[in-house]
Amino acid sequence: MKVLSLNFLTCAVKACKSSSDSYPLHPQDAELVQDEIELNPDMLINVLPRLDWTALRTTSSELGFPALPEQAPTAEELQADEKMIRDLHHLLLETQISEGKLVCANCGHQYAVKEGIANFLLPSHLV
Amino acid sequence: MDFVIKFASEHESFRLPEIEALAVLEGVNLKVKEYSSESPFCVVQLPSVEDAKKLLRRSVMAHSIHELWGTGATLEALHEAIKSQTPHLWPQYKETSFKFVVDSYQGAHSNEERLALINSFSYLPFDGPIRMSKPDNTFTVFELWPFNSVPLKIEHPDSIRLGRFVATSARDIIHKYDLKKRKYISTTSMDAELSLVTANIAHAAPGKLFYDPFVGTGSFPIACAHFGAIGWGSDIDGRSMRGEGNKKKNLPSNFAQYGLKPQLGGFFSADLTNTPIRRRRIWDGVVCDPPYGVREGLKVLGLKNPENATWLIELGVNEWQSPDYVPPKKPYSFLTMLDDILAFASDTLVDNGRLSFWMPTANDEEQEIPVPAHPCLEVVVVCVQVFNKWSRRLITYRRLPDSQVSKSDLEAHEKQRAEAAAANTGTTADDLNPFRRGYFRKFEAES
Repeated sequence: MKVLSLNFLTCAVKACKSSSDSYPLHPQDAELVQDEIELNPDMLINVLPRLDWTALRTTSSELGFPALPEQAPTAEELQADEKMIRDLHHLLLETQISEGKLVCANCGHQYAVKEGIANFLLPSHLV
Repeated sequence: MDFVIKFASEHESFRLPEIEALAVLEGVNLKVKEYSSESPFCVVQLPSVEDAKKLLRRSVMAHSIHELWGTGATLEALHEAIKSQTPHLWPQYKETSFKFVVDSYQGAHSNEERLALINSFSYLPFDGPIRMSKPDNTFTVFELWPFNSVPLKIEHPDSIRLGRFVATSARDIIHKYDLKKRKYISTTSMDAELSLVTANIAHAAPGKLFYDPFVGTGSFPIACAHFGAIGWGSDIDGRSMRGEGNKKKNLPSNFAQYGLKPQLGGFFSADLTNTPIRRRRIWDGVVCDPPYGVREGLKVLGLKNPENATWLIELGVNEWQSPDYVPPKKPYSFLTMLDDILAFASDTLVDNGRLSFWMPTANDEEQEIPVPAHPCLEVVVVCVQVFNKWSRRLITYRRLPDSQVSKSDLEAHEKQRAEAAAANTGTTADDLNPFRRGYFRKFEAES
């Protein structure tokens, strides 16, 4: 599971959707793997406005990456800053959680990640 | 400038929609001048030869595109047209190597006839060498014959055209993605041609984000990835993505087989009615072939009779963390599923993002299932693949910007959806799915 995917996902429990604690999910016991992927600046610039930057900063620090700037860069700033493009590319696309758990801070539910595939299926009492 | 597009003679209702979608995607000003589902030849107007190349470069329904030099109901009329319309073009081809070929649709010629036909163009002042392999220019005589003209011994085609070859399409990629050569597929994997057409109509392109909520073995994300998009997917059945037992055959290995690993977004187990995806405008496209509920009934998470199954709930409470725990599922209504897909797409597509999905319906008008509607989604095009008694349609919508959506329509739609969900009290797979009911009745009238 890529860090970018994590930015798009929240707790699957309906009752959690209204709580700000349910997002982002917090990685626990996460095993990270790095894949080398060719840099695609256009894709990053396309994705930038769809990122929740505050959540990305949280995830990034929880996974032990250097702190991201407080404010998201604008498309122009990102285009001009090659280092920033590389860092974001590395964080969002090359870094993957292969094993571990994603935890909701609101309900405490843990979603297992196995072989890079997270399981968001809920038991009956949470549906 | 006028051009002839030579289409494949199959999936007729997908041919123009694909070309029209590509024209929008490539920013090409396309005007269709002549098209019929009966003929593989289509005449279009385009600003330039460059635009013709752009238009075809990722098409899978077209074979090739040719600069149109003339059209006639008879050979004589064609020659007249060429002599009056194209002399200004002739000098460009005076010295280049060339060849002539004949492409007869629903008709045939003996070798002598074909040679005579080609020689009738000898008035064109082409002095370059004739080369059968890799000539600089290929001129094709397109003949459209009436249906069954060979056994009926019809002597003349309905129309004849001459075109100069400009470009081929991407149709060859169908073989690359052929399911027979794909290492990991299942019983319901979508075939390569239709997956690629879907990706074209949905505007999959470099840098874009695409999602399939019923991903199965990944036919759609792979097709989208071929065109440069990044593909995500989820499925209620995690086994379809992981593969059973054999670790070497699974969804990610399909991406690897085609060298598309960099375009792999991610996969996870999830149910559309309890999706973990945030309701934010994330996707450039949502493409899917949702289950039809025929092979097995449609299911979502939950219990059919919660009051009789307290032990199952308790099992969930105690065991959900166990790796072997399989959450219970309950039957799901086909029509509710369609509405849920539309609601999800309207919440998560960016402005002008596209939803393309397949749905089955009976061919009998009385039993036809209407195209589902949502105030935020405008129907772009409906393509149909017809089987004996039923068909499946590829329906494509465009997410309207909020400024173009009527608030009162949206409220009325929400209310209607809630009422429909409340009225859907059926509990068996048949109750909940008019298509399944029809299918097993062989689409005879309901008694």
